[in-house]
Amino acid sequence: MKAVAFALRTFGRELRSGEVLVLLAAVGLAVGALTAVGFLTDRIGKAVARQANEVLAADLRLRSQEPVPAAWSELAAGYGLDTAETMSFPSVVFAGDNSALASINAISEGYPLRGTVRVADQLFGEQREVEGIPESGEVWADGTLLARVGADIGDVLSVGELDLRVSAVLTYRPDQSIGFASLAPSLLMNAADISRSGLIGEGSRVSYALLVAGDEGAVTAFNEAIQDKLPESVRIRSQEESSERAYNAADRAQRFLSLTAVMSLLLSAVAVAMSARRFAHRRMDTVALMKSLGATQGFVIAVALIQLMLLGVLGVVVGSIAGFAAEELLSRILVDLIASDLPNPGLRPVVLASGSAMVLLLGFALPALIQLRNTPPLRVLRHDAMPPPPSRLLVSGLSLAAVAALLYGSVGDPRMLVILIGGIMVIAGALYLVGRGLVALIGRFRSGVGVAWRYGLANVARRGRASAVQVVAFGLGLTVLLLLTLVRTDLLEGWRQTLDADAPNHFLINIQPDEVNAVGAFFEKNGVKVPRFTPLVRARMTTINGTSVKDREYPNDDGRWLANREANLSWTAEMSPSNELLQGEWWPADYDGPPLVSIEEESAINAGLKIGDRLKFFVAGQQVEAGIASIRKVNWDSFQPNFFIVLSPGALDGMPTTYISSMKIEDDQQSMLVDLVRSYPSISVIDLGAILEQVRGIIEKASLAVQAVFVFTLAAGVAVLFAAVQSTIDERRFESAMLRALGARRRTVFFGVMAEFAALGVAAGILASAGASILAAVVAVQLFQLPYEFNPLLWVIGLTAGVLLVCISGFFAARGAINAAPADVLRMAT
Amino acid sequence: MGNESVSKDLVLEAIQVSKEVSSPEGSLTILSDVSFRIVAGESVAVVGPSGAGKSTLLALLAGLDLPTRGHVVLNGANLSELDEDGRAGVRADSVGFVFQSFHLVPSLNALENVMLPLELAGKSDARTAARVIIEQVGLKDRWSHYPSQLSGGEKQRVAIARAFATEPAVLFADEPTGNLDAGTGANIMELMFNLNRSSRTTLVLVTHDISLAERCDRILSLDAGRLVSDSEAAA
Ligand SMILES: Nc1ncnc2c1ncn2[C@@H]1O[C@H](COP(=O)(O)OP(=O)(O)OP(=O)(O)O)[C@@H](O)[C@H]1O
Ligand SMILES: [Mg+2]
Repeated sequence: MKAVAFALRTFGRELRSGEVLVLLAAVGLAVGALTAVGFLTDRIGKAVARQANEVLAADLRLRSQEPVPAAWSELAAGYGLDTAETMSFPSVVFAGDNSALASINAISEGYPLRGTVRVADQLFGEQREVEGIPESGEVWADGTLLARVGADIGDVLSVGELDLRVSAVLTYRPDQSIGFASLAPSLLMNAADISRSGLIGEGSRVSYALLVAGDEGAVTAFNEAIQDKLPESVRIRSQEESSERAYNAADRAQRFLSLTAVMSLLLSAVAVAMSARRFAHRRMDTVALMKSLGATQGFVIAVALIQLMLLGVLGVVVGSIAGFAAEELLSRILVDLIASDLPNPGLRPVVLASGSAMVLLLGFALPALIQLRNTPPLRVLRHDAMPPPPSRLLVSGLSLAAVAALLYGSVGDPRMLVILIGGIMVIAGALYLVGRGLVALIGRFRSGVGVAWRYGLANVARRGRASAVQVVAFGLGLTVLLLLTLVRTDLLEGWRQTLDADAPNHFLINIQPDEVNAVGAFFEKNGVKVPRFTPLVRARMTTINGTSVKDREYPNDDGRWLANREANLSWTAEMSPSNELLQGEWWPADYDGPPLVSIEEESAINAGLKIGDRLKFFVAGQQVEAGIASIRKVNWDSFQPNFFIVLSPGALDGMPTTYISSMKIEDDQQSMLVDLVRSYPSISVIDLGAILEQVRGIIEKASLAVQAVFVFTLAAGVAVLFAAVQSTIDERRFESAMLRALGARRRTVFFGVMAEFAALGVAAGILASAGASILAAVVAVQLFQLPYEFNPLLWVIGLTAGVLLVCISGFFAARGAINAAPADVLRMAT
Repeated sequence: MGNESVSKDLVLEAIQVSKEVSSPEGSLTILSDVSFRIVAGESVAVVGPSGAGKSTLLALLAGLDLPTRGHVVLNGANLSELDEDGRAGVRADSVGFVFQSFHLVPSLNALENVMLPLELAGKSDARTAARVIIEQVGLKDRWSHYPSQLSGGEKQRVAIARAFATEPAVLFADEPTGNLDAGTGANIMELMFNLNRSSRTTLVLVTHDISLAERCDRILSLDAGRLVSDSEAAA
């Protein structure tokens, strides 16, 4: 009780002292960064999952060759989930005398469960989002289909035995990439009309799907419940490769956010440890006095703990406010990105942040404070009487445990953590050694300079250990800042390339071999860069190393699916620039030997394929057997046509081939597409614009979020600098008062102190530049799979930033000391 | 605690007290075989040249440190037999301090500094008692000031008020005027002697100032760690 009263009474004034403010700021920054990042990663993750689900038009999609049993949707309804059904099949559509093959999609009320359908009110016109599905008796048809049969809005199309009126041009449906291989342009109709169409009967190739969406937990529960009831032929999909681009970008953003949070946290920890040491040191006299007045060790500890807790609470309040403010701001910037209709995280971040703040304080501040208990009361008479230093084992053990505990929550990737913490520790050790060396070196320069510099440099050397510690603190802070800046720049650069303004936004499929040249000429005439035409052959894999694909064992279901489904094959002499060779060799450009095949990395892993395996394909009545010559990694971000399976030139000669191509078509060039599909009725145009736009939006916003959170790290870095300067402030105050008492002018004292900071800044800059170069290479290559290039500018920035940051924060932190009046020397005893 | 009815009671006893410290040049003897007894109400000056061991002796007498050999018995308690918290308890109950450098808690104001030992000793009406004594040392109008806002003499007044607040059995003062000018120092000493007299506290005063020492009942002289003279023994 006494301890509580004392702790509370002194706390108010302790708050005004610099080190307590730094301590508080450090805790607040850590909490703020954690709250904001936790919030963001959660939201971005959920938003991306949603986006992925949008490609399914649902959270789960159960596909079947048979009509979906009513029991399934009843089961889903039992879990409180929304459902819708789709039936897809190819059929010829007539408009008067004209006809074309269409991919018919009959949909039930509620479709799509995720994402929205977009339509236009004229051919290749402005698109808008719509709610609901076509009325019974109406259809929404793809512009390509309408152009091909010469119909327009308001006209009637014959679909089976029905005459349906076109009420809108279909421009986008969320699940349009599913059944991509059906090649024909889509037509959306109301499922209620299907029974009267006479289209579904014996032998019709209908693909049925049950779409399911709703609460995450319920979806998972339903998914598990239905697994046993499913026949072989049903395949459940909960994500789609085509959303990989969005995943990649969001995944990197999340990694970077976590990295930023970790860095803010580590920097805050350093600041906490440094200011806590000083906090403890400053209280030593008071503690000795209290003990001489009869205070027990328990009392001393209780007071320290209570004040630490108070600091923690204050830090949490300050940090949560900062975190919430950042959250609020970010969620405004990122409206579309962060799925604003998700439930608010509520108090969870605060609880988490409070926990983190306490762990941070306990891990990094407690050892110094606990030591206070052992302050000898003799210190009231002999000022050099000190408590024994806390055991190194305790200090390092506690702080490592704290770091592990803190990071466990905020970063899920242990490999990334180990790399980072290991890197930071090695660098800190190296920094300290080199720092001492540099400090010793600096001392040598002092004979050749003026009085202010001599004073400054002499101070650096005299405070050898303290200077080295400051250099390490500055250096670490700078290293982290440089590293993040670098990685961030690299990241943004990598993303920007993905977002190349010239990225293709249209796919052409089903181009006949004899149309290739003419289509090329058509584009040239219309001022569009002539695209690359990639051959496509549809085939089925029959055997792998002589074993039937049906009987073979696969590492996972995706592999089984890959081997058993209809495959799109291609051939090429040269590897696509968006591919990277991982294993084996690419065949020579003029290769005309026995068929060889190259497999995409993940497919190879999923299907358990390796170099030398022999794959047999069945193509339109013919057999082709090829040995695996290489394994490739495919950059799906490139928006170029890419294939899981690519064969060598000549392997597929004489097989039924169509060509596909991708190109960038500006908005004002859209109308030429009408001419294109009229001239070449078999060609289908797929507009990627909508998807591209989504990806671009995500990336742009993710990078904004990254930069916003980066601010926390910067602030934490500055807190470290402050803590470092603070640790010498008493000494400085005394010294400058002394110097001025001895007749030095304020200017001289000022320049002397600044010279010292500048020297420390140079040393820290050198160390940080070196450290960041090394770490950045590791991080870029290991974590972000981005190439790293050495950047000499880093050294310029590192040194300049070192000197500027140290001098500026040094100036603010030491301002009081520099201005100390000579008379202060006399007033220092309390 | 000060109990006038038994004024001949023994309050502080040093029994063959020695203090050695280890230094790079080997073990160093700071005090050797110092013995004396002090009774309640007595005022004792400890004098001797710089480095003689006066402060060391004071620290041992107050239980701030432990002797290498010998014992100190303070108000009936053998300090060597107590652990640190036990000695703290004895100090809370029966010891007051005035130091050369004033040692006020910078984050507490004058009144709160005075209240501190009262609260540590578990007194209930700490605030009232502290107000009374702060008035006695002449700082009635300045009780809300923080140490940084007070002059050296004022700080020492606060320290004296703090030392007398618990009405300790023994008050230890280590050169209480060492940081003050002569005039202020004289005022401070006047205040101390007055309070000592009115509260019947035992006073142990370390000083260089012979005129101050002569105002005490008894003078102990130390030189190079030995007790070279004891005015009472001489008388
Ligand atoms: N812990 C210690 N380690 C080493 N030497 C010590 C220690 N404590 C005291 N001394 C030495 O013992 C001697 C006596 O010290 P002490 O402070 O008691 O002297 P003093 O009589 O109070 O002197 P002054 O009048 O200058 O205050 C000094 O030489 C001092 O340096
Ligand atoms: Mg002394």
